[in-house]
Amino acid sequence: MKRLPFSGWHFVLAPLALLFALPLVWLLVSSVMSNAEINRFPPALWPHGIKLDGYRYVLGNALFPRWFLNSFIVSAVAVTANLVLGSLGGYAFARIRFAGSKVVLGLMLATMVIPFQLTMIPTFLVMKELGLIDTLGALIVPSLVTPLSVFLFRQFFVSLPRELEEAAWIDGCGRLRILWSIVLPLARPALSTVAVLTFLATWNDLTWPLIAINSDSTYTLQLGLTTFQGQHHTQWSAVMAGNVITVLPVLLGFLLAQKAFIRSLASTGLKG
Amino acid sequence: MASVVGTFTVDPRGRAAAKRRARNEGATGWAFVSPSVVIILGLSVVPVLWSLLLSFQVNDLVSPSQWVGLANYKALLKDPAFGSAVSHTLIYTVLYVPLSVIAGLAIAIALDRKIAFIGLYRTLVFVPFVVSAAAQGVLFSFVLDPEFGVANSVLHKLGLPAQGFFSDPGQALYLLVAISLWSGTGFCVIVYLAGLQGVSSDLVEAARIDGAGRWGVLRHVTLPALMPVTIFLLLFQTINALQVFDLVFVTTKGGPLGSTTVIVYFIWEKAFKTFTAGYSAAAAYTLAVGLLVAGVILQIYRRRVAAR
Repeated sequence: MKRLPFSGWHFVLAPLALLFALPLVWLLVSSVMSNAEINRFPPALWPHGIKLDGYRYVLGNALFPRWFLNSFIVSAVAVTANLVLGSLGGYAFARIRFAGSKVVLGLMLATMVIPFQLTMIPTFLVMKELGLIDTLGALIVPSLVTPLSVFLFRQFFVSLPRELEEAAWIDGCGRLRILWSIVLPLARPALSTVAVLTFLATWNDLTWPLIAINSDSTYTLQLGLTTFQGQHHTQWSAVMAGNVITVLPVLLGFLLAQKAFIRSLASTGLKG
Repeated sequence: MASVVGTFTVDPRGRAAAKRRARNEGATGWAFVSPSVVIILGLSVVPVLWSLLLSFQVNDLVSPSQWVGLANYKALLKDPAFGSAVSHTLIYTVLYVPLSVIAGLAIAIALDRKIAFIGLYRTLVFVPFVVSAAAQGVLFSFVLDPEFGVANSVLHKLGLPAQGFFSDPGQALYLLVAISLWSGTGFCVIVYLAGLQGVSSDLVEAARIDGAGRWGVLRHVTLPALMPVTIFLLLFQTINALQVFDLVFVTTKGGPLGSTTVIVYFIWEKAFKTFTAGYSAAAAYTLAVGLLVAGVILQIYRRRVAAR
């Protein structure tokens, strides 16, 4: 790689970047402090050696791994379902002519502007009728597919040249077969966009779990973390260790797939 | 597709087959979209109408409800708690939206150059955006803890007086704005960075040749080209700001002394804490109308800009 020239801009950009990074650095640092270091006044600014007491406490707490698992299950199901249902729906809206398709698509897109606060109380009542309140089902069902996923897939499929599918169509391939073996392999940008947006939304959500879940064995990480803070805020190192564990999957995903991540977020902005 | 195949068939049996195929197509189409349609419309249209009905009722989420007409809305207008929730939300929005968009633009322009470490800088600015509001809240509750927090520790080192932070009604709402700026500005930066790629370099070149300086290019070429992006961001950030909840719930629970009770916190509290779901639904409808008005105004403005 070519060495890039040094520039005066570093004097502006380095402190700025540091400002954004500092709270997260502090999150990591405080999670490996001993409680003595945190509880003295004024608290230590830097730990003497790495203490894993916080992590040991959190992982030894029977509920914390459970919360992680709950969050993982909900997010994994939501991502899978959005990819499957979103691509099926998006493909049909882009390629198949059927009666009522335009009206239904318009209606679905219109629902994107409905604020969640308007639907949360009735959704709670619907989930109660279905007997799903206080189960992971209440978290999973509303996140199975979003209008945004269907819309993003549709936009992507519309932009693909039809010629790619025509040969297979004339050979008598069914729609499902064409979607699976021709269209989806080309749709990696759309698949990663939907996966990223769905994962971010489900993993980070707090409002809906707060409403739909009561018993602590069904908590998600975000919900667990907030109550954990209330109960254990004298053990700040444990609270911060829990916070690190909550943030880590998103952070790792971001660092590993930075390009896809940024492209998907920027593209929602530019198409909007 | 089907029609293409059909056009080229002369054989009547072939035409019948094409017709059958078209009918199958319709069934396939519906089969593909129906799971999404049932879930999305079922969990939006039904609740929206249900919410509207609820807003005319007294309902505690358990016992049968009672129709009260516009009483909930009338009570809302007179409720000082709702009034202050509206004003807290507006203060938060009016501070957060312009600041995040302007800072986002400035940082994006600063980051739009090819120098060493630029990728690292971009990553660091953006990374707080992916941290959940719950995690942000827990982190800052600790950093800003009056006794154990590092913020007061630093102030102490600098010889400045200790602050109450979230326990001070005069500071709490502004701290929430600051935390949201820390995490939300990165999104504006990323969207602007993507937008800057679309600014025509020919135009920039032409402006330079015409004698425009750095500011001239920014004012007459870059900013107009970024207008659609700016309007999208204003819309997106406004919608998010009016709906702020998670951060408030984790850090202050609306306090101290109600100083951070925003509209959505008010809605949540009325529905799931005091179990006055009808009243809460009326507040939610009021918010929804506010969001709609904000959206429509920005859309009209956007059209006008696009038409220019």
